[in-house]
Amino acid sequence: MSNDRASMQILNRTALTRLLVQRLKHDEAVVAGLGNTNADLIAAGHRPQNFYMLGSMGLACPIALGVALAQPKRGVIALEGDGSILMGLGCLATIGNVRPRNLTIVIWDNGIYQITGKQAAATSGATDIVAVARGAGIEQSHWVRDAAHFETLIDRRFDDGGPLLLAVKIDDLPGKGPSARDPVLIRESFMRGLGSGGGKLDL
Amino acid sequence: MTWSDIVLASLKENKVGFAAYVPDNILTPLIKGVTADADFVAVGGTREDEAVGAASGAYMAGMRAVAMMQTSGFALIANALGSLVVPYQIPVILIISERGVMGEFNIGQTLVARTVRPTLKALGITHHTLTDLSTLHFVLDQSIKQAFTTRAPVAFILSPLLSGGNPAARAQLI
Repeated sequence: MSNDRASMQILNRTALTRLLVQRLKHDEAVVAGLGNTNADLIAAGHRPQNFYMLGSMGLACPIALGVALAQPKRGVIALEGDGSILMGLGCLATIGNVRPRNLTIVIWDNGIYQITGKQAAATSGATDIVAVARGAGIEQSHWVRDAAHFETLIDRRFDDGGPLLLAVKIDDLPGKGPSARDPVLIRESFMRGLGSGGGKLDL
Repeated sequence: MTWSDIVLASLKENKVGFAAYVPDNILTPLIKGVTADADFVAVGGTREDEAVGAASGAYMAGMRAVAMMQTSGFALIANALGSLVVPYQIPVILIISERGVMGEFNIGQTLVARTVRPTLKALGITHHTLTDLSTLHFVLDQSIKQAFTTRAPVAFILSPLLSGGNPAARAQLI
């Protein structure tokens, strides 16, 4: 239940990102929000189907929605921080109405804007992301109780049964991976990973 | 053909198959066109940066994409353009219906409309103001081809000279 969020175990983004990536067996696309979210995706091992954002805070879910609609047979996962999703809550309403079956959203919620100085986010107070997502129309929105519950919730196919949103209460430890720096290389690699072109010298 | 018929035809001829938009009066025939046509996947967003994000994702997943909005909504997307579309070289087609000029009653619209071209210029995004039915297809068709060939976004600003403007926005002297 979303009103139980205070009783959720505090988990670690680095560890859970690794768990999630290990579960991906069908070249699922993963779109990671900026900062620690994408550092931990890189720490879990680069995959060509990963997209790393360098800015455009709040757009991980809209980008993932575009990928999901353009490739309806591929599972697509958006990883986003709580501060980032708060920047663009409207996208949850869009996703709740479009209802892409192949889209999964994971919100890492530490209640703070970690990389800008740990200022409190609305999620540390009255705002419950799972309740927001359900109200926006994503009925399958769940708080993750503990690591075992997370494993149960991701033990599924990602190309069907969505949209699904999982919100995880996490600690304030920084991401472990390096940052990707070259946006053109990121896009080219992602497009090759999705089989949609990119990166071949036409000689 | 009306201006909106030509815009839709130019998108289709160039296999633009994904359309994200935020509603606008002038854009109504384009929005109706893309939502009614099985050749398009159409998504209405709640904000213009969301539409740009979805269009960017669709492009990277293999669909050519357009994002449609009004001038006031364009003012919300500088970050999406400056930190996603331009640096990642994602050739999103932007169609912007122009309010705030040629008989606008709303001072807020007149001011925000002035930010559009300076923002596009600052980011180095090619833009064309569409005013003339006779050259419309040529400008659209050639510029869309250029955008995808050179992997650079392009913005088309729909002038009231072409669209006739929004009757609900018309200034009137009493």
